[in-house]
Amino acid sequence: MRKYLQNLLLRLENAFNAPFGQALNPWYHLGAITFYLFWIVVVSGVYLYIFYRTGVDEAYQSVERLTHDQWYAGGVMRSLHRYASDGIVVTMLLHMLRNFITGRFHSFRWFSWVSGVFLIWLVYTCGINGYWMVWDRLAQFIAVGTAEWFDWMPLFSQPLARNFLVQGDVNDRFFALLSFAHITIPLVLLLFMWIHTKRMNHAETNPPLRLAVGTLLMLLALSLVKPALSHAHADLALLPDVIRLDWFYLAPYPLLYIWSPGAVWVLVGGITALLLLVPWLFRPRTRPAVAEVHLDNCNGCARCAADCPYSAIVMHPRQDGRPHQLQPVVDPDLCASCGICVGACPSSMPFRSNELVSGIELPDQELATLRAGIDRTLAVLHGDARVMVFGCDCAYDVHALQSEGVAALSLPCIGMLPPAFIDYVLRDARVDGVMVAGCREGDCQYRLGIRWTELRLARQRVPHLRQRVPLQRIEFCWAGIQDDERARAELGTLRARVAQLPREIIMEEDSREHERQSGDKNQPD
Amino acid sequence: MSQPLKYLGQGLAYALFAVVLGYFSTSPEYAHLPADSALLKLSFNHAAQRKKPCHERTDEEMAKLAKNMRIRKDCPRERSDVVVELEMDGKQLYHVVLHPPGLSHDGAASIYRRLPVPAGPHRFVARLKDMEGGDFSFVHEENITLGAGKVMVIDFKADVPGAPGFMFKS
Repeated sequence: MRKYLQNLLLRLENAFNAPFGQALNPWYHLGAITFYLFWIVVVSGVYLYIFYRTGVDEAYQSVERLTHDQWYAGGVMRSLHRYASDGIVVTMLLHMLRNFITGRFHSFRWFSWVSGVFLIWLVYTCGINGYWMVWDRLAQFIAVGTAEWFDWMPLFSQPLARNFLVQGDVNDRFFALLSFAHITIPLVLLLFMWIHTKRMNHAETNPPLRLAVGTLLMLLALSLVKPALSHAHADLALLPDVIRLDWFYLAPYPLLYIWSPGAVWVLVGGITALLLLVPWLFRPRTRPAVAEVHLDNCNGCARCAADCPYSAIVMHPRQDGRPHQLQPVVDPDLCASCGICVGACPSSMPFRSNELVSGIELPDQELATLRAGIDRTLAVLHGDARVMVFGCDCAYDVHALQSEGVAALSLPCIGMLPPAFIDYVLRDARVDGVMVAGCREGDCQYRLGIRWTELRLARQRVPHLRQRVPLQRIEFCWAGIQDDERARAELGTLRARVAQLPREIIMEEDSREHERQSGDKNQPD
Repeated sequence: MSQPLKYLGQGLAYALFAVVLGYFSTSPEYAHLPADSALLKLSFNHAAQRKKPCHERTDEEMAKLAKNMRIRKDCPRERSDVVVELEMDGKQLYHVVLHPPGLSHDGAASIYRRLPVPAGPHRFVARLKDMEGGDFSFVHEENITLGAGKVMVIDFKADVPGAPGFMFKS
């Protein structure tokens, strides 16, 4: 089932890749867009709060004045507040659904998933609380509905709904309480948003600028075309007849009367419980081995800790007696086994003639084994435009590209590729070009694999790709599982290009220099 | 894809998002109850009579108690059930027996009940019994014309001086 959904999602994302490009595809930034919409809600909410009056009549009248007397400012702000809040529900639920479909919810990701479930409750509490403040017929309907819903549980000495029986039961102080709640709950929401991203290194909480501008313009246009309006003033002596429900927030309310409050509790509680259990219900049976530190080859430079996407590596005081201050310690519960730390380690150096062991390694993908595999494969490559393809297990299967002139090696994440390996395969003209492939841009399974790889190969993040490696012999290919055509096209482009280039010979002494340079640059940027 | 086509595609994607937000933020409309309906809300909070009356302890009974517990008047805490009936146009609309809450069953019984009814003129009879045995202690009858979309609250207060009992508020 999930495989089918995954295919569907990839096709949908592909359709968006055409106009937006991979870097701006909104599907790859759903979490960040949700953060951004939250800030739009905050800013518009602050403006509305300046003019909002707390009182049974004043609340409604002040919102009406904002909507009609200053439609160009207050009205637009109110509409922005409404539509950005609705947008939060859409992007938040899509973000969750997408993470479920792509399998990004179990093992080390359980904490983000579970904290995300709490965020859903907080977002809904915040939104419903906001609707009460207008005190129109819609507010009356949901205030009474909420009270009747809570009354199903034997929590209170007398029914909450008795507070909304007749006009006069609701007083001005109630609106002061609502205002206070509408400030406090978003603050708690913000706290949980921070907690939600706490375990992620370099969490993306801002969407790309162009996406942010586009979203804001869309919301502004919608606010002008269809401004948010109130119903008639609340009147507890009258039934709210036909209600224009905001289905993003208020969809469960009709169920209170179609089913019963108890049934809605079962539904909501059941969904919540199921969501909370998802990381354990759908986790894979086996988990790859986590990263292992080899202190004999570690100088405590902390690059692995700086590059780890999930803060799974923490630097502790050195304990093996060697003259270095720190040593990395891997938290197995947080480790994604992505190998990005291996790509960051300066001792991941294939030029060594002695045994190749890096300062940090994945036990299932030891560098010595990978190097031996590369050596065997390259020995039998022939033709004019020989290419080594480094790929990623989560993206397009690069093994499908193998031929007599093309060798392929797939890693858990392309971020695991130490730049020195590119130097290594180009040495002595053993291949004519290198293709570096991975997940679609902006959609790296381990978040930072593509980013760190691009920066390392652009010589902007240590460990750098050595200056002597000609960049025209390297091609990036960020392609998803279904992007066969694209991967083959990129490979064809690279092979055509390198076929035109003279074969360069990289000197052995340069290799030793490389090793020395990488070893010296032992501070993470 | 050419640049103008890309912008067109992006515009369509934003427009789709806007249409989804704009439509579902107010539509489809929801009709809470049929247009020709009214709503009765039966709701009150009432402490029933005690199950057993208070009595004066005898000297023998007092002697059996610890010195600090020797209070002459003994009032058992447990209260009676509250029985409520609501009748509309001669037919029983609702009947409930409310048990007193609390570990000692001595709390005030509460009720909040929604009863959708057709709009129009009706004769309502409300009855309440809050003691062991006997007939209903409180009965209230009234002819009321309920307009469509109106809410009528049936409350009960036993401590209103001069007129304890049901109140029909419409």
